Amino acid sequence: MGKRVGMEVSIAAAEAVKQANVDVISAYPITPQTHIVEHLSELVANGELDADFVPVESEHTALSVCMGSEATGARSFTCTSSQGLALMSELTYITSALRLPIVMILANRTLSAPLSIWNDHSDVMSIRDCGWIQIFAENGQEVYDQVFCAYKMAEKREVLFPVIINMDGFILSHVIEPIEMIDQEKIDAFLPPYDPLYRLHPDHPVTMGAFALPSIFAETKQAHEVALRASVPHIVDTWKAFGEMTGRHYTPIETYQAEDAETLLITMGSFGETASVAVDMMRREGRPVGLMKIRLWRPFPFEDFRKVALRAKNLVVIDRAVSLGGPGGPVASEIKATLFGEDQRPRVYDFVAGISGRDVSPSDYVKMVDKAEIEIEEGNKEGFEIYGVRG
Amino acid sequence: MTETLNVFAVRTLTQKEYFAPGHRACQGCAEALAVRLIAKALGRNVVIASATGCMEIVSSPFPFTSWRVPWFHVAFENTAAVASGIESGLRILMQKGRIPQKKIVTIGMAGDGGTADIGLQALSGALERGHDMIYICTDNEAYMNTGIQRSSSTPFGAATTTSPAGKVKMGQMTWKKNMAAIAAAHNIPYVATACPSYPIDLVQKVKKAAAIEGPAYLHILSVCPTGWRSTPENSIKLGRLAVETGVFPLYEIERGQYRLNIDFPKLRLLKEYTKLQGRFRHLSDEMLQEIEKRVHQEYEQLKARAGKGA
Repeated sequence: MGKRVGMEVSIAAAEAVKQANVDVISAYPITPQTHIVEHLSELVANGELDADFVPVESEHTALSVCMGSEATGARSFTCTSSQGLALMSELTYITSALRLPIVMILANRTLSAPLSIWNDHSDVMSIRDCGWIQIFAENGQEVYDQVFCAYKMAEKREVLFPVIINMDGFILSHVIEPIEMIDQEKIDAFLPPYDPLYRLHPDHPVTMGAFALPSIFAETKQAHEVALRASVPHIVDTWKAFGEMTGRHYTPIETYQAEDAETLLITMGSFGETASVAVDMMRREGRPVGLMKIRLWRPFPFEDFRKVALRAKNLVVIDRAVSLGGPGGPVASEIKATLFGEDQRPRVYDFVAGISGRDVSPSDYVKMVDKAEIEIEEGNKEGFEIYGVRG
Repeated sequence: MTETLNVFAVRTLTQKEYFAPGHRACQGCAEALAVRLIAKALGRNVVIASATGCMEIVSSPFPFTSWRVPWFHVAFENTAAVASGIESGLRILMQKGRIPQKKIVTIGMAGDGGTADIGLQALSGALERGHDMIYICTDNEAYMNTGIQRSSSTPFGAATTTSPAGKVKMGQMTWKKNMAAIAAAHNIPYVATACPSYPIDLVQKVKKAAAIEGPAYLHILSVCPTGWRSTPENSIKLGRLAVETGVFPLYEIERGQYRLNIDFPKLRLLKEYTKLQGRFRHLSDEMLQEIEKRVHQEYEQLKARAGKGA
């Protein structure tokens, strides 16, 4: 077992990037991502990390630099939040289509306006369809662990997709947690240096980023779609291998007290830990409530999801972003779409909670379950509200 | 004598083509010629990042490519950033011993829109950080790929589809942005202007830029018959006239020192240059005189700078 150390999650994330032996780091500071890049800069400045740190003038350039370096075969890393991701968004679609296995940590933060530095998932939901693998981490240990898993899965020849590790801003990024560090030898065995299929190098000239006419474009998108869906077993295998190495097991969908649950809370990210406390509270009262945590948001693990969801009567989805003028939160919308073809399907009630970092305590989850069960009982088909709005 | 050499010595260049024939550029495209000469000058050991634009579209319709050297296209405004990443990646991989040590020249290549407008921030960042790369702007003085819209590099008076000559406005009403001076203001080791109508001069400048450590910036005037409303057979002539009228002087700025490469004791009349182009057709003689006055003024300023530097 590795050393267990109390440290801020952002520092742990940066330490993981160091242990993953990245070659190029390019990032632009934005709250609440800053501690990661600050620590990485320190590691490079002290010679503890043999990488090129490219301090750029914008997030757009940060991802562009990573695309250039990754295309030469250098393991590349960037991280950002909110507006920074919005500025990068154009390139996120190109990164995945060019099959560049870059890893990004996203310290999730609200998209402006009003300007807010606090946490929600509006940033990542804005690029939901960009074709990256998207993982939601629940706690600091997982952020640290997923860095290794992300490079491992991304760089597999059968995968070759970039990965976003979502880490709730402040709620995770600025919290000190006990982190179990993994010995470097183990990491080196788990994650050997990147061996690219193609690289930009004069010895073997290749053209990357050609344009497509309508006669071929649809085929390229189909190829992207098929490959991204086909990456699920490789993601699962990566987590299995990681579990065997560390004893920490990750799966696309994680459940808690879900076996006999009539009502299932569904969360992503750091919501999961608080929600599990709420489940305990409700279980003590004899209520059959359980929890499903979605770890793998893209590619969406349909099979695993259905297996759990179809056992329940009510699904209470806690979204952390809102699709303005649309059907509610993005997670609930997808869940409804996923279940639509089923003959017997649970009712779905959707809360958008904790936007812009507003606290969601265990008792809030109890209140949301109470409300949802009543609304569903009364046949409310709307099934969506922003939780806890005053006035 | 130099003049003659500049025309005929082009046959002394390598026969090898790294920008292959068969691309889809328009007839008389001097930008494609510039790129061909650049590729010849650079040879094999190069990686090129290209912006979205004419040269990208004519050379890379999937599954075809005109590139016999490694070539990478990501987006429009970020070529300098992508080239920064290529340079950084190759350097660190060599440093870590993961690829063999070798001199590889990194190129960022974009048009005037991708450089002077939307790509200016990324370019400034790359020059400031000091990446060992060459950034090449092939300037055809408007957004030709999207249909001849004005850029900040379009010359005063030129009619484009978004700076049309109308009843109250006479085409582009702003003066061409001085990209060479902007690049030089970053205190980079080498800045130069060039034009494929002077092929040897262009090739020498590319080679010089490749040999220099640190960032180099080349600004290459590229005649565009489609956008300039000129005839394809006049492309080379127009490039020469741009230089001979003082509209586009050929010069270098080496560590801040200006040097004029070809000086003309007497500049040719601006009208000789403008009359071959439909984009200037609407300009009155008075307006042309005004423009010529400013061209001469700027030429004198450049000479003064070069004089001091010599």
